[in-house]
Amino acid sequence: MPGQLRIITGIAAIVLVAGVAAGYAVAWRPQIAAIAPPRPDTFDPDIVKRGRDLASIGNCNTCHTVQGGANYAGGLPVPTPFGTIFSSNITPDAETGIGGWPEEAFVRAMRAGVSRAGRHLYPTFPYDHFTNVSDADDRALYAFLMTRQPVHASAPANQLSFPLNYRPLIAGWKLLYFRSGDVPSDAAKGAEWNRGAYLVEGLAHCGACHTPRNALGAERVNAQFAGGDVDNWHAYALNDTSRAPVRWTADALYAYLRHGWHADHGTARGPMAEVVGNLASVPDSDVRAIAMYMADISGAPAPDRKPPADAVTPSTSADATQPNAAGAAIYAAACAACHEGNRALPYGGVNLALSTAIASPDPRNLLNIVLSGVTAVDGERSPIMPGFAASIDDAQMVALANYLRARFGKRPAWNDLDKAVRNARTVQAASLAVRDASTESTQRGKP
Amino acid sequence: MTTLKVNGRDHQVDADPDTPLLYVLRNDVALNAAKFGCGLGQCGSCTVIVDGKAVLSCVTPLLLVEGKQVTTLEGLGTVAAPAPIQRAFMEEQAAQCGYCIAGMMMRAQALLMRNPKPSDAQIRAELEPHLCRCGTHMRILRAVHRAARLMDTADAASDRSVR
Repeated sequence: MPGQLRIITGIAAIVLVAGVAAGYAVAWRPQIAAIAPPRPDTFDPDIVKRGRDLASIGNCNTCHTVQGGANYAGGLPVPTPFGTIFSSNITPDAETGIGGWPEEAFVRAMRAGVSRAGRHLYPTFPYDHFTNVSDADDRALYAFLMTRQPVHASAPANQLSFPLNYRPLIAGWKLLYFRSGDVPSDAAKGAEWNRGAYLVEGLAHCGACHTPRNALGAERVNAQFAGGDVDNWHAYALNDTSRAPVRWTADALYAYLRHGWHADHGTARGPMAEVVGNLASVPDSDVRAIAMYMADISGAPAPDRKPPADAVTPSTSADATQPNAAGAAIYAAACAACHEGNRALPYGGVNLALSTAIASPDPRNLLNIVLSGVTAVDGERSPIMPGFAASIDDAQMVALANYLRARFGKRPAWNDLDKAVRNARTVQAASLAVRDASTESTQRGKP
Repeated sequence: MTTLKVNGRDHQVDADPDTPLLYVLRNDVALNAAKFGCGLGQCGSCTVIVDGKAVLSCVTPLLLVEGKQVTTLEGLGTVAAPAPIQRAFMEEQAAQCGYCIAGMMMRAQALLMRNPKPSDAQIRAELEPHLCRCGTHMRILRAVHRAARLMDTADAASDRSVR
């Protein structure tokens, strides 16, 4: 017996050592030696400019800048089901940013999700998409970022519980879910379509929000663009399960991405408002390519969705059969003046029969928009809507949402609406607190 | 007829439910501190407090505030006995034309009720929806800090608590 036990112990030890060694081999990445931050004038201005456009397509500033904070200095808390991850400083500060990163390290981060020091990066940084970015584009992005103003700012430590705070585990995640080179290409579809595919599946990382994720936070490959979550907003389905009352076309998508609104769909808001804000400075041809590819792969619409020509009948009179008198009264008093007014989009309210938010299976976007409204963009003409968080109580909000859902969405009532309302209110309050805190840090950051 | 509770008193108001609260306050209840600025909820001069929260009364229909406690600047203090927030704005001479100030004071009051010692940054963030074209912003900031200190001292305590 003792002999057998020794053998078993021996085998177990060998397996353990082999396992650790294999794990180490899978997880270990070498450090890339730091460099002195390159001087900005060593970069070709044309490449820097290209990098700027690419950074806008990649929406880099949305995650890597806190509201009111220095550009690209990071520190934005990104809530995930696993804990809160703080975005990193990608300004060329040698100590706290990427100033010491040679181009090779930047390309490795984009392509393989590994930092210069050899640490695995959490896939909150969407390298599952960025891995598809070309060498030339990575070079331009690097040139752009390395010529920004360096900012000395360390992001707060991530709030992740054990074992998720153990980075080598990310190597296992990558083995399971991380694939590169999955950009569709089809010569028969033409250059514009292929350009769109390259941008959508790569740098623009549309799927990061619009594709649902599995239990381990990876995009579900069999549900691409079926709708996902971002910051307590629902990122609408872009595939054939889209609930947009009017079908999207390439032209409509182009106009929406270019101008931030479309007469058949309304105005971009929430996280999408930041995306279209960034796209405003991107070359027309790239926005067209994105729209063309996206419209093409979105599939045939569900039969109850109308083609654009078949205009949705604007309902202008309250439905007498509506049993929800409280909701109807709130709608009439608070919403109808703008949403049934004659001011044209984007300054008037969209006809709510066209609202994807109201037709969607997820009520969060409607609740967010009613509570927070649409704030004016600094220094620009932009659509506005007052937020009702301070004046509408939970019961009134539930009544209103039920009414809108029945009258304009013409779908079964949302479940657990009162809980969704309470959640939306908490998130709304939290986002204001974050804003306060971030303003605070800018103040402190002043010389 | 709608019953509207303003500054602790009930008012019977004969107005359509979609009438903006601001119009009811000014035209029906004859309280003129809240001002009409833009009518779009973009300037803050119409701000009043409803159930402890700052509300833009020009875009708030009467229907939504029925049964809730509305407080206007008149409900905070009088010329003879100004509330801490009013005293602070006077002592800092925080008004030039004064059109925006009633709204500023109401949102500052709402802030101080939930956060008695706000930082500079918190005051700036809170008052962000308010426009002042005269440019007394720095004085307004000082006034809010002063009001916080006044509220902290016993002699400034007012029995006109915000309802």
